[in-house]
Amino acid sequence: MRRGSHKLSRRLFLLLLYAVLTAGAVVMVAPFLWMVSTSLKAPHETFMLPPIWIPEDFRFENYAEVFDRLPFFRFLLNTATIAGLVTFGVLLSCSLTAFALSRLRFRGRDLVFYILLATMIIPAPVTLVPIFAIMRRLEWTNTFLPLVVPAFFGGAFPVFLLRQFFMRIPRDLDEAAVMDGCSAFGIYWRVILPLGKPALATIGLISFMGAWNDFFGPLIYLYSIKKQTLTLGLATFQGYYATDWHLLMAATVIVTLPILLAFLFSQRFFVEGITMTGIKG
Amino acid sequence: MGRAERRELLAGYLFAMPWLIGIVLFTAGPVIFSFIISFTDWDLLNPPHWIGWANYATLVHEDPLFWKSIRVSAIYTLFSVPLGMAFALAVALALNMNLPGQSVMRTIYYLPSILSGVAVALLWQWIFNAEFGLINVLLRKIGLPAPGWLTSEQWALPALIIMSLWGIGGTMIIYLAGLQGIPPHLYEAARIDGANLLQMFRNITLPMLSPVLFFTLIMGIIGSFQVFTQAYVMTNGGPAHATLFFVLYLYRNAFEWLKMGYASALAWLLFIIILLLTLINFYMSRYWVHYDDAG
Repeated sequence: MRRGSHKLSRRLFLLLLYAVLTAGAVVMVAPFLWMVSTSLKAPHETFMLPPIWIPEDFRFENYAEVFDRLPFFRFLLNTATIAGLVTFGVLLSCSLTAFALSRLRFRGRDLVFYILLATMIIPAPVTLVPIFAIMRRLEWTNTFLPLVVPAFFGGAFPVFLLRQFFMRIPRDLDEAAVMDGCSAFGIYWRVILPLGKPALATIGLISFMGAWNDFFGPLIYLYSIKKQTLTLGLATFQGYYATDWHLLMAATVIVTLPILLAFLFSQRFFVEGITMTGIKG
Repeated sequence: MGRAERRELLAGYLFAMPWLIGIVLFTAGPVIFSFIISFTDWDLLNPPHWIGWANYATLVHEDPLFWKSIRVSAIYTLFSVPLGMAFALAVALALNMNLPGQSVMRTIYYLPSILSGVAVALLWQWIFNAEFGLINVLLRKIGLPAPGWLTSEQWALPALIIMSLWGIGGTMIIYLAGLQGIPPHLYEAARIDGANLLQMFRNITLPMLSPVLFFTLIMGIIGSFQVFTQAYVMTNGGPAHATLFFVLYLYRNAFEWLKMGYASALAWLLFIIILLLTLINFYMSRYWVHYDDAG
């Protein structure tokens, strides 16, 4: 008897939980649907009360109009170039440094590691003005260089994460490689990089996403329309067409779609990446 | 030092070279440079002049906008960080119970957090639109007052706090991983002792998860003090400076008014604030964070 009522209350609890979760999921999804719905509306339909979710005709020409007004293909290309180079730079420089900090024994190594940890607490705005001044002096403003070049000189967070991962690769493998006549670089290239692939994929993804979604960097360094990235282009677009919500939402869909597609194809890495940055810190 | 040792020393510094150069060029150098600039008046075009503590004195004594921006960022942090953690934890707990369809649910809850700040900001600007926005349409339908949100001095900051909860997905995933790291035998033992769900949550889940909660708390505070994009895109700091976030004010000083010295002083104060909050949290963590080798 008691057992039965216990079961019943458990089922009720689960049902309630499910209802709350589903309501939450609807709240999470609604903005996406609202965005897509608005992007396909005729201008007057965006100002209808009560609002309609499904427009009379699906106006795909809104998207064509966005591409006509600002060069979004160009923005896409620029963003992909920057994000690609940043990812390559981070992977190269951070894997080399993390290799030194995890596999080589040399005097001062621990000091180097502590300095690395200490730099993680410095907020970016502290170095903002000097780095901007340097980039301006080098005449690198309005080029991709200020956004790309620093990536080739490492970063505390990715080095730290890679080091933690490399430490867990068995040392016997290095010793075997040395027996076979491998140099330090050989160990890096033939042992650590191949075995470190999961961590490298994760770091690569995080760097790519960071560069793809970055707004502040492009905002201060890139002036001309032709040089802009998707996020900056979207903000520029908003500046010109502040109340054309059908076009603004079409532009927003254009900017978010690549990321959403990338996510659907590599969901596992995303989740692993977030987990790795969260737990091992 | 032997030959082999010397080789390893050389190799070590060679491999670490990219980062060593990077730290000098992009961290240590700029940190020192920025500290010095914060004692000068510099517009980037003319040589800087030394003005001593004047920037800091002006900030503290004569700049109401500085205090306003601290207030805005502090209020935002005070609400968005704990609320975000609470919602993320609630969702993570629910999605860790092996319910049918939970992987789809996880994806749905996670999805918003991967979008770029500008896209999210634009979308929510439309959602918060006072007349035609989704939220006010709903509020009117159920007979509640519909505030002006982003155009209201009182409601603009709460609007940004609400919006931040759409992005809890990353934190949720971290908590899910943390929950999966709790050994099941702890719960089994508690169940045998007759503990109910609430007791298990308080005495097992929370303590076992506390290092992860602590990590997300620290990162959340650091992140929310550096909010910029939403305020720049959605409200441009307004109305009446109601959303003048700290970093937005810093940006204006540096890149709109070319007050590089003043902006650097602001950056150093931000550093000190973040450092103090982090230290306080580390101190407080003794009382609630449990590090357990079992976890």
